[in-house]
Amino acid sequence: MNKQMDKGILAFGAYVPRLRLQRASVARAHAWFNPGLMGLGKGERAMANWDEDPITMAVEAARDCLGDFNRDQVTSIGLSSTSLPNSDRLNSGIVKEALNLSDATGAFDICGSLRAGTSALIQALAAAAGGQTNLCIASEKRRAQPGSEAELSNGDAAAAVLVGPGEPIARCLGSASISMDFVDHFRAAEKEFDYHWESRWIRDQGFNKIIPDAIRKALHDVGMPAGNIDHLLVPLTGKGIAEGIAKKTGIKVEAVRDPLGSSLGYAGAAHPLLMLADTLKKAKPGERILLVGFGQGCDVILLEVTQANEKLPPRLGVGGWLARRKPEENYIKYLAFNELIDIDRGMRAEADFKQPMTALFRNRKAVLGLVGGRCTKTGTVQFPKTDIGVNPNDRSVGSQEDYPLADRSARIMTYTADNLTYTPDPPAHYGMIEFDGGGRMMAEFVDADAEDIEVGKPVRMMFRIKNIDERRGFKKYFWKATPIK
Amino acid sequence: MPKGIRDKVAILGMGCAKFGERWDADADSLMVEAYEEAITDAGIDTSQIDAAFLSVAFDAINVGPSGIPLAMALRLNNVGVTKVENYCASGTDGLKGAVYAVASGAADIALALGVEKLKDTGYGGLPVRTRGTTFDMLGVVGSAPGNFAQLASAYRTRHGVSRDDLKRAMAHVSVKSHANGTKNPRAHLRNEITIDTVLNAPMIAEPLGLFDCCGVSDGAACAIVTTPEIARSLGKRDLVTVKAIQMATSNGWELQGSGWDGSYFHTTRIAAAKAYEEAGITNPREQINLMEVHDCFSITELVTMEDLHISKEGEGWKDVRNGFFDATGKIPCQIDGGLKCFGHPIGASGLRMVYENYLQLLGRAGERQVKTPPTFALSHNLGGMPNQNVCAIAIIGMEGA
Repeated sequence: MNKQMDKGILAFGAYVPRLRLQRASVARAHAWFNPGLMGLGKGERAMANWDEDPITMAVEAARDCLGDFNRDQVTSIGLSSTSLPNSDRLNSGIVKEALNLSDATGAFDICGSLRAGTSALIQALAAAAGGQTNLCIASEKRRAQPGSEAELSNGDAAAAVLVGPGEPIARCLGSASISMDFVDHFRAAEKEFDYHWESRWIRDQGFNKIIPDAIRKALHDVGMPAGNIDHLLVPLTGKGIAEGIAKKTGIKVEAVRDPLGSSLGYAGAAHPLLMLADTLKKAKPGERILLVGFGQGCDVILLEVTQANEKLPPRLGVGGWLARRKPEENYIKYLAFNELIDIDRGMRAEADFKQPMTALFRNRKAVLGLVGGRCTKTGTVQFPKTDIGVNPNDRSVGSQEDYPLADRSARIMTYTADNLTYTPDPPAHYGMIEFDGGGRMMAEFVDADAEDIEVGKPVRMMFRIKNIDERRGFKKYFWKATPIK
Repeated sequence: MPKGIRDKVAILGMGCAKFGERWDADADSLMVEAYEEAITDAGIDTSQIDAAFLSVAFDAINVGPSGIPLAMALRLNNVGVTKVENYCASGTDGLKGAVYAVASGAADIALALGVEKLKDTGYGGLPVRTRGTTFDMLGVVGSAPGNFAQLASAYRTRHGVSRDDLKRAMAHVSVKSHANGTKNPRAHLRNEITIDTVLNAPMIAEPLGLFDCCGVSDGAACAIVTTPEIARSLGKRDLVTVKAIQMATSNGWELQGSGWDGSYFHTTRIAAAKAYEEAGITNPREQINLMEVHDCFSITELVTMEDLHISKEGEGWKDVRNGFFDATGKIPCQIDGGLKCFGHPIGASGLRMVYENYLQLLGRAGERQVKTPPTFALSHNLGGMPNQNVCAIAIIGMEGA
């Protein structure tokens, strides 16, 4: 094949929050009312920190995916989710700012179905033929009613796949989509939680019928025998579902890949892409992947891994992020982080920090992109960029160029653990950090235990929620530092 | 450097309200309480005041904007009132305004008054507030103890001091101030404590416990200043004059530049050197006899001993533990209890420090009077946080000293 015309999946990445809610602690809390939940009270699920949402998780997955890839080549980004924080503010647009992509980048949100992630990927693969390079991100933090099965089975996570022209790590062999108003669950626009129908019906008429039909159609269209599939990715964490589908369609049961249910949980529209990222990290050249997306119908995508996958620079991927883990036994903390319980947060939490949109727009590169300045005369790096540089030996005016800091490593200069200031997760860890190569700032430390914080220790920047204007429903984002183990 | 203001301005009178949780008093009453003492001390009439400066830091929960609240509370004679806000250094900055007004000849007699009414918030500690549009997007909304606590981590690293040694030195700072505060009837906190009290207190911001933090108080303090000639013409003898007032303001180097390691106050070092030069002091450890410093937190006082060039760098903690700054030590520090125990009504604090030094110079400090009245008494007022702050230093002494 002509390399010039080649296209497909160029890279993958993932993100899983560090906290892992222990399901047993949740099930125990509800057992007085619903003892049946104890059966689901095994393993752990990924739990977003208070300052993480589908946008921040999307940014981390995208950074894992992009690595050193030239970001100027990204022509558009799509963000698939059923749990985006904004109904009318371009969620992917915030991701675009955080990734410091060119303003001439397309951005769109794909919502409304658990199938959004695979549908977006199908569109991205099609657009690649037209020369488009799309960063296809899926991210979920699905709200679940306390005491529901979903509360136990859900997991918060994100994945990203870069699709476009170039030497692909996996080529698309074909795809198929079925759409039908099969309402296994639904959530009206104004409702807080999903409403679920009976699981036996969903299994018999949905999983065991709609998905096999779509798989058969895709294999038929491509002309591939079912036995040639090496990796069957069914993004459903219920026990035995994927094995049943394999048997029905003639795919080897050994091809069934771990749906990550016990370690991560079910991440909705992000789940197919998470499983794809997890599989691509291990897959060998020539192997065939069949990826399923289920939700009011079904998407199937057939992929073939190439030699280039062996040369892809290392990244954390699903396994790497899963290894960065802190078990969380405190179910009340989960409820508080997800605004499912209204605890007394004290008067300091009442402070009103309304965001002037004018100022945010003027400073969006610094605030959302962590772009500082470098003096073109002296090389002095600083954050934020200012009209007059900070270098005491050179009072140059207007001499600074943009200098992105988000992907630069930094070290702790000073620190404290503050029990007085308001934070949803006290104590507030923060201190001064200095970037390797220059520039410094005061930063909050996230995903940090006291023993990880000491003068001189290295940190990595992460895009997080800074605070939430609850009165007006506006989230403020900024960068924080996390200790590197 | 210009010649400065040494001996150009005399203190005609001073006053200070009782500091503390003044549930009984509005800011107006606190201002009147301090002012009545000062105007009586000065022996003049309100109509003789030509200019006034009002220092308040948290005006939004307090007196509100402008200089009008001072003019109204004291029924000033429609003179100009300049409003001063410079974080916790507002008090000394207000005094500087009054002193400069007199030194320039623009005013014969000027008033500086600082007031703060902090106990109307409903919670402990300083109020939460915005620090400006840009900061609110890029900065960290930490508490005051959280900002200053970071000095300890950097100081330990820079000087190789163990966590325990530093924590005990910090505890000594507070134990000393509590001992001093018991002798001050106007102090907010008047109880003796022990090292163990400090070490075992609840943690506020690592490593600062409750007793490493100063009180948050209501209060007011004021000074009436004039020229030595006018003071004498009004019948004053034994004049206390201003030897130096110097300020230094962070320009962002500590926060954004490179070189500062977080273990000291860059501004204090600059302001101290300038103040000593203005006052004609060449060896501060020998020539300064009494100090009131900005001990908002124990660690602040400790590192300030070095930044004022009294202790050698890295050895301040040893001087503290050796009792050098105790009431019986070589340079008593916080003889009135300091911010720690006298209390810290932000806008008033700089003037309260000068008030204590003024009383001590004149031998009027009662039970806490140091045996040998000092020649030079220094006050150090600091606003902001270690990485971005305002330092104001005032040195006063007897005329001719």
